[in-house]
Amino acid sequence: MPDGIPGPSGSAAGEPAAGAAGAGDAGLRGIGVSPGVGFGPVRAIVGAVPEPPVKRHDGDADQARKTAVSALDAVARDLEGRGAMAASAGRAEARDVLEAQAMMARDPGLTELLSVKIDEGLSAPRAVFEAFAFYREVLGGAGEYVAGRVADLDDVRDRAVARLLGMPMPGLPVSDEPFVLVARDLAPADTALLDPSQVVAFVTEEGGPTSHTAILARAMGVPAVVACPGSASLPDATMVLVDGTSGDVRLDPAEDDLALARAVAARNRAVLPASGPGATRDGHAVPLLANIGVLADVDAAVAAGAEGVGLFRTEFLFLDRSIEPGGDEQEAVYRRVLQAFPERQVVVRVLDAGADKPLGFLPPPGEEPNPALGERGVRMLRRHPALLAGQLGALARAAADTTAILRVMAPMVTDVDDARFFAEACGEAGIESPGVMIEVPAAALRARDLAGEVEFFSIGTNDLAQYACAADRQVGRLARLQDPWQPALLDLVALAADAAQEAGKHCGVCGEAAGDPVLACVLTGLGVTSLSMSAPSLPLVRAALARHSLEECRTAAAAARSAASATAARAAAQSVLTSMTKP
Amino acid sequence: MAERRVKVASPVGLHARPAALFVQAAARVPADVGIARPDGDPVNAKSILEVLGLDVRQNEEIRIIVGEREDVDADVVLNELEELVAESEGA
Repeated sequence: MPDGIPGPSGSAAGEPAAGAAGAGDAGLRGIGVSPGVGFGPVRAIVGAVPEPPVKRHDGDADQARKTAVSALDAVARDLEGRGAMAASAGRAEARDVLEAQAMMARDPGLTELLSVKIDEGLSAPRAVFEAFAFYREVLGGAGEYVAGRVADLDDVRDRAVARLLGMPMPGLPVSDEPFVLVARDLAPADTALLDPSQVVAFVTEEGGPTSHTAILARAMGVPAVVACPGSASLPDATMVLVDGTSGDVRLDPAEDDLALARAVAARNRAVLPASGPGATRDGHAVPLLANIGVLADVDAAVAAGAEGVGLFRTEFLFLDRSIEPGGDEQEAVYRRVLQAFPERQVVVRVLDAGADKPLGFLPPPGEEPNPALGERGVRMLRRHPALLAGQLGALARAAADTTAILRVMAPMVTDVDDARFFAEACGEAGIESPGVMIEVPAAALRARDLAGEVEFFSIGTNDLAQYACAADRQVGRLARLQDPWQPALLDLVALAADAAQEAGKHCGVCGEAAGDPVLACVLTGLGVTSLSMSAPSLPLVRAALARHSLEECRTAAAAARSAASATAARAAAQSVLTSMTKP
Repeated sequence: MAERRVKVASPVGLHARPAALFVQAAARVPADVGIARPDGDPVNAKSILEVLGLDVRQNEEIRIIVGEREDVDADVVLNELEELVAESEGA
C-alpha cells in the first residue's frame, strides 16, 4: 500500500488510520464502498476446485463406485437441506434451483456413466469429473434455456469432487463466530444464503463501487472494501480491521488502533440525527429517499426515515418468472409500497430487463454480444408495449386509492423519441408524472430536449459512469473508471441538473453515488434536488448535509469539477467540506 | 411397452420446475420410462440431465414411453405424466 497517495479516503466516518500507520503495520487498501468499521477473522469464500488428475483406482472398482455414489448422495442431501432453508425463508426460486441441483447429483444417467468409467479403471474423483463433463457438453449444446444450467451443474460437480478430494467445500464459509467475508468477487448466488448477523465486513479483491458486493453491503449496513489487491490471498483467521469509509484493511491491528477505530465509529453513530427531512445547514431542502428492490426494503426505508422512495426497482416481480405476472398481482405489490408512504413521493422505475436479464415469458432476445449496449430498458419495452401498458395500468390502479404521490420513470432513455414514447404510454394509463432516467450520456448531453417531454429526471450514476467511461460495471479491474467522482460524470450530472432547473423540473440522483456523504453534498451543489439511496446510507447522508450550507456544497461541487481526476475531485471537495474530516 | 404423444403446454417448455416435476414423477414409476422427440431416440425420463438436454420448448410434441412391467399399469402412468406436461400451469 503506497502511503502518501491520496486514495478515496476519509469522509463523515473519519479515518482510523489517521495517517499514523507506523512501520510494521501491515495493511491493504481498496475502495471503501459501505461506511463503518468491522473487525474480525478472515473467512474466504473457497474458489475453484481443481480438476482431479487422470488417475486409476487401486483395483477395487466396487469400493471406488461406492465412494463416488456416497459423495454424490452427501452433496444431494446438503443441497436438499439448503433448499429447505431457502423455502422456509420464502425464497421459492432459490429452492427450485437447489432442488434441481440435488436431482442432478442423484441423476441415474450420471451414476451409470461414472460407473462405466470406474469399471474402465478410473479413480472415483476422475470418474465423477468425466461423467459431469459429458453432461456439461449435453447441456451446453442444447438451447440457451439450458445453457444457464451449466453453472448449476458445475457447482454440483465441484461439491462432489471437493468431497472426494477432501478439500473444503466451495461456497460460503462455515463459522461459529462472526467473520470478515473475503472473496475475489461475490455473485448473487454466493450470497443467497448469507446470514447477515454472521458478517462484520466484506472485502473483495475485485469489484467496484457498483458491484454486487457494494450494493449488498450497503443494503445490509455492513462495512465493505472492494478492489482491494492482495485481499483474496489473506490467510483464513487473520484478524483484520476493515474501514469501509477509507478503504483501509489493517492486518492484526494494534489494540490502540482498534480502540480508536471503534471510538470513531461509535461517535459517528452517536451524532447521527435519527430522522427528519434532509436539508443543508441553511435549510435548503433535499428530500432523502430510499431505493427499494424487494418488499422487505420498505420497512427498512421507513425505519431509516426515508421521505419517500426515489427508486422502486420492479424487476423482482418479473425475473425468474415463466409467465408474465398478472395485473392484479402487480397492483397488490405496488399498493403495499405506496401505502407505506402516505403523501410522499414514490418513484417507480418500470421494468428494466434486457439480454443480460432475460424474461422467461418473452421470446428470447436476439443475440447480443454486448448486452449493456443492447435492447434493454425502454428499448425493450418499445418492442413489448403490452407489457409496459400492463405495468402502468397496475400502477395507476394501485395509486388511485392511496395518498402517495406516484411518479413513474423509464430506464435507458436515450433521446426525445424514447422520452415521448414513454410519456405517451403514461398518459394513456392516466399517470400524470412521467420521468426518465438519465443514464445514457446522450440523454445527459441533450437533457434540455428531454426536459420538454417529461416531468422529472433521475440520474442513475452507476450506468451513467459505465457508459460515460466505457467501462463495464461487471469488470472489477475497471473500478477506477466506474468511480462516481470521475469529473466527466460530474459534468454530465451538472448538465442534467441545469436543464431540469431551467425547465422548472426535478432532477434526483438514485445511483449508489447518492449514498456517499461527501458526494451527496457535491451533488446537491451541482443542483440535484433529491437523493435516493439504500436505507442504511440515509443517516450518514442526512448528517453530512446538515453540517454544510448550500453555498459550501456549491463551492465543493465547483472544486470537484475543476479537478482533473476522480481522486483529485474527491480531495478537492473534501478540502471545502472540512467538517467531514475533522472530529 | 406403451407410448403416447403429448404436446408440452408449459410456457418454459420442459425446463425449470416443470422438468423437475416430470422427472420426479417418472422416477417414482417402477418400470422404465423414456421420453423422446417425435422422430428421435428415447432418453431416460428419470434423468433430469437427459431431459434438460432434450431442450423441449412450449408447444413441441414429445413421446412418452413406458416399459413393460407386471405391477405397472402403463395407462395410469401415461395419464399422470401427460397431465404434468399438458397442463400449462406446471409450476
